[in-house]
Amino acid sequence: MLDRIIELLPELNTAFLETMLMVGISLLVAVLIGLPMGILLYVTDKGLFLENKFVKLVVGIIVNLIRSIPFIILLVFLIPFTKLLTNTTIGPLAASVSLSVAAIPFYARIVESAAREIDKGVIEAAVAVGASPWMIIKDIIFPEAKPGLISGLTITAISLIGYSAMAGTVGGGGIGDLAIRYGYYRYDDTVMFTTVIVLIVLVQFVQYLGDFIAKAVNKR
Amino acid sequence: MITIENVSKMFKTKAGLVTGVDEVSLDIRKGEIYGIVGYSGAGKSTLLRCMNILERPTTGKVWIDNVDLLSLSSKELREARQSIGMIFQGFYLVSSKTVFENVAFALKAAGVPKSKRKNRVLELLELVGLREKANDYPAQLSGGQKQRVSIARALANNPKVLLCDEATSALDPGTTKSILKLLKKINQQFGITIVIITHEMEVVKEICNRCAVMQEGRVIEEGSTYEIFANPTEPLTKAFIQTVLSFELPAKLLENCTGTLMRLQFRGDIAGEAVVSDMLQTFSVSGNILHGKVEYIGETPLGIFIMEMTGERSEVDKAVAYLKERVNQLEVIQHA
Ligand SMILES: Nc1ncnc2c1ncn2[C@@H]1O[C@H](COP(=O)(O)OP(=O)(O)O)[C@@H](O)[C@H]1O
Ligand SMILES: [Mg+2]
Repeated sequence: MLDRIIELLPELNTAFLETMLMVGISLLVAVLIGLPMGILLYVTDKGLFLENKFVKLVVGIIVNLIRSIPFIILLVFLIPFTKLLTNTTIGPLAASVSLSVAAIPFYARIVESAAREIDKGVIEAAVAVGASPWMIIKDIIFPEAKPGLISGLTITAISLIGYSAMAGTVGGGGIGDLAIRYGYYRYDDTVMFTTVIVLIVLVQFVQYLGDFIAKAVNKR
Repeated sequence: MITIENVSKMFKTKAGLVTGVDEVSLDIRKGEIYGIVGYSGAGKSTLLRCMNILERPTTGKVWIDNVDLLSLSSKELREARQSIGMIFQGFYLVSSKTVFENVAFALKAAGVPKSKRKNRVLELLELVGLREKANDYPAQLSGGQKQRVSIARALANNPKVLLCDEATSALDPGTTKSILKLLKKINQQFGITIVIITHEMEVVKEICNRCAVMQEGRVIEEGSTYEIFANPTEPLTKAFIQTVLSFELPAKLLENCTGTLMRLQFRGDIAGEAVVSDMLQTFSVSGNILHGKVEYIGETPLGIFIMEMTGERSEVDKAVAYLKERVNQLEVIQHA
């Protein structure tokens, strides 16, 4: 068995890096697009300083729409879009497209609820002092929601690790792909077992790291 | 300094239209400390929030320092708010920022360059007595200290007006006193006009020059604090005054009391004891003071006595009429 694992190491290594690439890219996109979107959902809410029913409704509907599609279907549904963007439909880069699309609304909702945890009075005190909307977002909402934003990112990363395994099944590569190719189609239990262990360790590590950082930035 | 003209504020709720403030007009003068009292739900906070347009009045006008706040663009309004400080019952400090950073944020919001912020923040913390707490986080502070930080933040940009929404209601009596003292100092030192909302008449008595009583969104009575205390007209005002001026007489005392029991109130400019001794010499009654105290409304004393009077009923009636002429208020609690 040990021989088999050693024999597998190069492939496992590639798969691991592919998974990291997919999760990394989609996590980055989640932060770049999902975070502002979540903040937008929050600040346009009723009673807040950029209250806007229309924006709130439109963004809310888009987010819900994407979130209500099961990931495996989203994966297939986005094939033309993926092709347009990456010129291919296989490989980790292609898989990152649908992973990113799924990650954006996922993280946006988490950001929104993390921001909601802030006492409205704190926001209001900033409004009363004459701060601009951007300053309130940057200097009040971000730092106050930081622990929630970080633990939300942890949850998103872990979900993405799971999703990336699914993306693997349609040619995305990564650990999931490895598990399916050897473990499922070739009944290779060692590979199956090893990939599961790798996934467990990865998830545990991400969770631990996320909790650690979230705790470190919490001043409450 | 602050002029409120026919301000009303309605809220649309699921249950229908709720009136927060109903046709209120007020004129708050430069440099005074103005109190607004009323029970919970009377509309005090809504009215206060209309003064810096945290709440946009449904109808009416709001001027601060001759600026019509409702005519301003949102950018102009933000600038105007920099000269209207506000503090709250819940303090509302940013928990992820230190005391220093909390105060500095107000300066940053006003566009004060970073190099100039430090000295000003330290000056403000000195003023509120928290210089040594500059690097602490709000979670490490007591309620009174948090309110001091929020006062420093509110004063950062040298406001002309300070709005206080139940600023002492979450604090114990001792801390309340010290915060009120600080507000008074700020008022005297910088001439800042202060509006204080509270449900505690004690707060009004302590520092307000003038006050208004609110009920169901309306201002039902308004005047100098002393006049309100000495001559309240509305039942609600009387109830509020009672919370400060009344004292419970032991039931046993009332039972054993054989004469006519009355409550006398003297204004600061009347020598109460002299009036009573004059009365005792003029009429053949005897008087026995059971209880007395002098309350200082701001700086002016208001004396209250409970007196038992014995004698012929006709003489007692004459004596009561005599006193009524000469004291500020006389109320017969119990006849013989
Ligand atoms: N945002 C709001 N939405 C709906 N009703 C409100 C809102 N704010 C205040 N009210 C209502 O307005 C009335 C006055 O409230 P408030 O000004 O908070 O009173 P107070 O500060 O005197 O306790 C209450 O009946 C309250 O329920
Ligand atoms: Mg209130």
